[in-house]
Amino acid sequence: MTTFATDTATVFSRELRPVLRDPFSVIFSMLQPLLFLALFAPLLPDTDGGSALQWFVPGIVVMSCLFGTSATGSNLLFEIQTGSHERMLVSPLSRPALIVGRALKEIVPMFAQAVLIVLVTIPFGFELHVGGALVALAILALFCVGLGSLSYTLALAARNTEWMFWAVQQTLLFPLLLLAGILLPIDEAPEWLRVASHLNPLTYVVDAERALFNGELVSATVGYGLLAAAAVGVLGLWIGTKAIRRASA
Amino acid sequence: MTSTMIRTSGLTRHFTVKKRTVEAVRGLDLTVDEGELVALLGPNGAGKSTTLRMLTTLLRPTSGTAEVAGRDVTRDPRGVRARIGYIGQGNGAGHSQRARDELLSQGRAYGMTVAAARARADELVGSLDLGAVADRVVSSLSGGQRRRLDIAMGLIHAPELLFLDEPSTGLDPQNRANLAEHVRRLRAEQGTTMVLTTHYLEEADQLAERVVVIDHGRVIADDTPARLKAAHAGDRITLEFDHEQEAERAEARALGIAEGAQTERTGTRLEIRIDGGARLTPKLLRGFDEAHIPVASVEVARPTLDDVFLNLTGRSLREESAGAGTQERAA
Repeated sequence: MTTFATDTATVFSRELRPVLRDPFSVIFSMLQPLLFLALFAPLLPDTDGGSALQWFVPGIVVMSCLFGTSATGSNLLFEIQTGSHERMLVSPLSRPALIVGRALKEIVPMFAQAVLIVLVTIPFGFELHVGGALVALAILALFCVGLGSLSYTLALAARNTEWMFWAVQQTLLFPLLLLAGILLPIDEAPEWLRVASHLNPLTYVVDAERALFNGELVSATVGYGLLAAAAVGVLGLWIGTKAIRRASA
Repeated sequence: MTSTMIRTSGLTRHFTVKKRTVEAVRGLDLTVDEGELVALLGPNGAGKSTTLRMLTTLLRPTSGTAEVAGRDVTRDPRGVRARIGYIGQGNGAGHSQRARDELLSQGRAYGMTVAAARARADELVGSLDLGAVADRVVSSLSGGQRRRLDIAMGLIHAPELLFLDEPSTGLDPQNRANLAEHVRRLRAEQGTTMVLTTHYLEEADQLAERVVVIDHGRVIADDTPARLKAAHAGDRITLEFDHEQEAERAEARALGIAEGAQTERTGTRLEIRIDGGARLTPKLLRGFDEAHIPVASVEVARPTLDDVFLNLTGRSLREESAGAGTQERAA
């Protein structure tokens, strides 16, 4: 008999396999973040800390995770429609493993994309602090898993209405992105916008990423970011496992 | 002694559609023994797929119990899942996956070791003639190839009990024959117990040793195709005449000759339903000859399962599966 851990590993490696077989799919899904990097970053003024990239690149790393991971539920949606999700529901795989394994897989493309973004920007003056960057990606991984799980939850909820999935995903994606100060700083925004930004867990993650990518390992900013990412991770997985249990009852 | 593979008692499932309760399956009692090949036959919406979904743990019964492969579907769904194979209406393989990868994942899902899953996948790729496409992406496979892959996936763990939900829907005649061949071989070589749903009469007739006819969520007949036909539908003798009066006179004469026959006349055509029609036909023709009623043509047809369904419900299964909405008209 299989255990939750082996079931999660089975689902995880099944999800990962097409990515490994066709690594270009990872690059394709990050086209948008790369475009922002190429067409938006040059508009930003350099700060006293150095190149504007130092401020912008961590945000773009988060953005590429946000784009890829929030859309990942569409894979499940498609598998619900074709019948492969049903086939897996009839197998003895544990229900939570069906979500957790899928959500964990999100870490891999996130990591690959981050490495790629960093490599591309180093020649343009981005200064890499390896230790900080690794911690940054570990924190982002927590956020990714939670977000992926929420995206799958949305797919389960919208299984009969595909447009609903995209409508909700698109409606939430951009406010989250803008309020987190990924493209432009929020510091000088009007009061109401700043309040809204403080309610967005992603804000704390983005701030922590910036601190860590600049080599600042221990600070309150990093602590809050870790807390926010962990909260999204735990909450996302909890909601996801509840959703799949209910959907298959 | 054979053991019981499926035993349901009062199995019931209600759905709530727009605040109305729909009774999809109403108190189904069904027993399937080891090694049986059973077809659940019925029109669309009869409750056969709902029944199958309850037996495969995809749907919880509203009430009643079902024991499948020795486990209770409500109390131990995981135990049931580990022991059964399932081939659904859709495609089980993920479209972005390679065929062989999906076979391996499927094996792992059933707790097989990587080595065992690999060996079994090779075996199934061979026996289901998937060698040329095993390392291709599923979305590039043809409908027939995908169906064979579905079968391979359903068999990866060599289940003792296999469920097939409308297995031949959407297949061309050649692939349908191919599927039937695989089902027969599986039955002969492995002794696998199989339960399939279908609304294709021919499929149920040719493939299954036992046909369970379901209508409005209830079992209305349950026997071998041959016995069902013998019990519920006679042979059909169709006679053609040149003139309508001849057909009229022939009808009266036929009722005199063949006791208990059911006749139906439309214009110059006379249809007679009776058991042992083939043996009765020469006698009928002699009778018409004596009465100077010239017969233009005669045809004797063995009953089909559609005749059985028609006899049991007053509706034709062919009409039912042709389109929705006929149910109300017929009822």
